[in-house]
Amino acid sequence: MDPISFLAEPLNYAFIQRGILALVLVGGISAVVGCFVVVRGMSFFGDALAHSILPGVAISYTLSGGYVATNLFLGGLGAGVVSALVIAWLTRKIEVKEDSAIAIVYVTFFALGIAIVSTQDSYAVDLSHILFGSINGISQTDLLIVAGMGGVVLLIIALLYKEFQIINFDLGLAHSLRLPVEFLRVLLLVLVALTIVASLQAVGIALMLALLTTPAVTARLLVKRLHHMIFIASLLGIVSGVVGFYASYYLDIPSGACIVLTTSLIFGLVFLLQSSWNLLRESR
Amino acid sequence: MMSFGAAVREVRGVAASATRKASSNGAGYPPALQVERVSAGYRGNRQALDDVSFIVEKGERVAVIGPNGAGKSTLFKAIVGVMPIGSGRITINGEDTHRSHTNVGYVPQQNAIDWSFPASVFDVVMMGRSRHIGWFRWPRKGDRAIVRNILAQLSLDHLANRQISELSGGERQRVFIARAMAQDTRLMVLDEPFTGVDQTAEQEIVDSLDILTNHGITLLLSTHHMENAALHFDKVLILRQRLLAYGPPDEALTTANLRQAFGSALPVMTPGEDLLMFSLDHDGGEAGNGSD
Repeated sequence: MDPISFLAEPLNYAFIQRGILALVLVGGISAVVGCFVVVRGMSFFGDALAHSILPGVAISYTLSGGYVATNLFLGGLGAGVVSALVIAWLTRKIEVKEDSAIAIVYVTFFALGIAIVSTQDSYAVDLSHILFGSINGISQTDLLIVAGMGGVVLLIIALLYKEFQIINFDLGLAHSLRLPVEFLRVLLLVLVALTIVASLQAVGIALMLALLTTPAVTARLLVKRLHHMIFIASLLGIVSGVVGFYASYYLDIPSGACIVLTTSLIFGLVFLLQSSWNLLRESR
Repeated sequence: MMSFGAAVREVRGVAASATRKASSNGAGYPPALQVERVSAGYRGNRQALDDVSFIVEKGERVAVIGPNGAGKSTLFKAIVGVMPIGSGRITINGEDTHRSHTNVGYVPQQNAIDWSFPASVFDVVMMGRSRHIGWFRWPRKGDRAIVRNILAQLSLDHLANRQISELSGGERQRVFIARAMAQDTRLMVLDEPFTGVDQTAEQEIVDSLDILTNHGITLLLSTHHMENAALHFDKVLILRQRLLAYGPPDEALTTANLRQAFGSALPVMTPGEDLLMFSLDHDGGEAGNGSD
């Protein structure tokens, strides 16, 4: 097959066009938000949040009679915001360390979600879609919702960039500037939750973390200023979305797995190239 | 050898004259900082600050000394607003910090900073401009010019594009001093800026402090270095949960006060540092008589 038809063939179908668009959107937006997740050192929180949206998704799924559809966004969003707020609330107590609070909320919500989903007959297949993603089922409406949520997330980050930068870097400065630290902290968690829910259909819950962290960490290896990091990470996320899509199409592997393996591959390449370059430079 | 008292007076002359200049037209105005009967501390811990009161006039330089855990950082965090106070009142230029949105320049302890954070020196200093830039806005040309100007004043301009982890200890401190300058405040608190830096860097930091004083900025600084406290500051505040002494260095740094603050573990009484040894003798009445 020549390269052009290799690239063009899948795009003959509208639902596949939607799929690739969704992956590109999700890859880019997750990478931008992921930069804040990474510099804040809250990867574990991102993973936990992704898992804790399951009960919301499960309730939507059950209410619609075992049907995976647009209403999952709503349920997922609800559960994501609730778990983010519960974690933020639990960690106000000095005796409850943040990682412990996250762990408790995470497993509780995830277990609850599994319990709810399993009441449905066809749950094994649907659960795998929820966990690992499926781009085939993305409707026009879903795509618009993903784009809308992504747009809101990016807009808020663009408007509050310097404030987010400060609360992530130095809380002392944030307080001395009298920034509403607690509000900004919770808002950032809500943005992470929004991003996860937007990415839910395309990559699934289980692999969401990779989309948040890997492009950001790769970008951090390459540049040393936050806005540069965000730019590079979003490019890497988009590229991973495209490559992951074709891999998924031709190899018949879930889209979530493909996009994540692509981000990991890029990270591995950058890491190895950089390490060997440094070795070369030192040996000279 | 010059006596310690004389040395203090001579070096302090620089700072003190700047102080007078800054505060001469300040008569009748509220002090730069007033701490009234402040108690503070994290719940469950022993009280970190117990009923502390003092006043800092405009343009003064005050060194806060005390053993580890004496409440120096707590005091600073309370002034900056990082930590709420349990009781008492803090006013800055006459405004209650509880009610007003007073902006205080803050140079945190080095170990409180994540040095791997992706930010250049320029980025960090620009963070100090945040209030002036305003909500929902990005830095404009004027902000960039101000940041470049501050970097030039502190001789940091050649480091503008460095990532902060690539700086020496002294450079790190000065970058945060530059950031506090960018906040454009009249009061600046510096938490242990001399800790972990070599002598050259120490001198550079002292020079930076002089630049701040020339700008009329009031300085409150915590340190373990009693020598620095004595030489470069108008007043010394000795803290150990409670305020033990507050006044000009030659009055505050008495053996009795230091014993009370540090107990038997007086960290400064190491052989070879005759200046410090002498400063401790001061209380005994021999100071100023000179010989060593």
